[in-house]
Amino acid sequence: MPENSTYIARSSAIAARALAGEMMVMNSADSTFFTLNEVATAIFQAADGRTPLEEIVRERICEQFDVDPDEAQADAERFVAELSGHRILLVSNQPLNSEPAR
Amino acid sequence: MSLMTEVGQKAFNLGVPIAVHMDVTYRCNERCVHCYLDHDDHGEMTTDEIKGVLDQLAEAGVFFLTFSGGEVFMRRDFFELVEHARRLMFNVKIKTNAVMIHEAEARRIRELGIDTIQISVYSHRPEVHDAITKLPHSFERTVQSIRFLREQGLRVTIANVLMTANYSDHAGVQQLAAELDAQYTLDPTITPMMDGDTAILALRIPGEELRQVFSNPALVENQEEFCAPPKAPSEADLEGYPCSAGHSFCYVSPYGDVFPCVQFPLPTGNLRQQKFLDIWNFSPQMQEVRSIQAKHLTVCSSCSHVGSCSRCPGLAYMEGSMRGPSTADCEKSFYRTGVPTANMLRLGLSKPHSTTGDTAHLVQIRPVAVPA
Repeated sequence: MPENSTYIARSSAIAARALAGEMMVMNSADSTFFTLNEVATAIFQAADGRTPLEEIVRERICEQFDVDPDEAQADAERFVAELSGHRILLVSNQPLNSEPAR
Repeated sequence: MSLMTEVGQKAFNLGVPIAVHMDVTYRCNERCVHCYLDHDDHGEMTTDEIKGVLDQLAEAGVFFLTFSGGEVFMRRDFFELVEHARRLMFNVKIKTNAVMIHEAEARRIRELGIDTIQISVYSHRPEVHDAITKLPHSFERTVQSIRFLREQGLRVTIANVLMTANYSDHAGVQQLAAELDAQYTLDPTITPMMDGDTAILALRIPGEELRQVFSNPALVENQEEFCAPPKAPSEADLEGYPCSAGHSFCYVSPYGDVFPCVQFPLPTGNLRQQKFLDIWNFSPQMQEVRSIQAKHLTVCSSCSHVGSCSRCPGLAYMEGSMRGPSTADCEKSFYRTGVPTANMLRLGLSKPHSTTGDTAHLVQIRPVAVPA
């Protein structure tokens, strides 16, 4: 397990579905509803609780989208912070469980 | 435009079934006087069949899933079905009379992350509510269940169907909802029985009472706009589609039949014989429903209300033609605005013609034969 890694997992309390490549995410507990763009959707779908965020950004985001790695990492961290604030994503420095996203 | 409306419009434009209403049973522990269902079990889908349907709905892009009935808790496997649905990450709503919900069930509902529980309450007076449900002490039990659900922090909506027996009680139910910290919604629509019997339409509240409901600021927000005379229909109004039925919404019966809407009993296919997406994409009936724009409506296309009417194509279908008028909605448009509809003018009526007592033959919501 890499040191100082961030693991992200989708909460089992949320509802989520892809619509034309963009993910709709809803947390009934606080009535929040988000639609995620293509990049955020890719991070959300990769949030399996086992893959470190750094690896998701490197392997999925930078590979798939033509973005600067440092900028992508900073954007990903902001995105994760926002969704974890709404308890849509769970964040830990240890691996977590996650529901598969469709 | 809110984000939710934007998403709904996107699904509509793409033809994605973003919302599905699924009745898991028609059996019920109440016998409401206005209910349109046949409560006998004619071969409900099994647990595995429903789970398989839910898998297909998730693959098809369904996000909002409403479980209803009948009474959903008449199925012993109901929580197993909800658990499966939540694992598939649907946003789940439940419609129930709640009399079978106790503390343990309320806790389980919270654990499963249900979005909203919609519960029918007909009156704040126990004797009136119980006379409608024909289940003694149902008021007491339903209200107690709402308390259990609210104690769990769950979102509860009280649905108040108005009919002749309770139309003066809406203020009392609204107050009860406030006391219970629940949302309140009112519905003055009574639909014909599944077998075509329209006798229950006699329970619809009289037109003048409907006018009072529409002009009550406690019940209707933005009243000035709501009750304003209709604007002259624009080209966009005539190019528009009646509602989301068959476009981004559909209904699945306990027997696996798929319909454009719970209030639109046009059989389009059966999930025991066909895949959901085959029915959704290729059913000729679904395609016909989808093809109808306001300009194609036989009477309503020339009606001044066409851009603002709540015309339900399912109710129109039950009256004889999915392209025709829906008398119940003509009535609502008239009593809302005071302006006669094209259908009324065509019939030479100064007030809407009631369909009460008509005996039009309707299609039953039952398993239908679909070629394999």
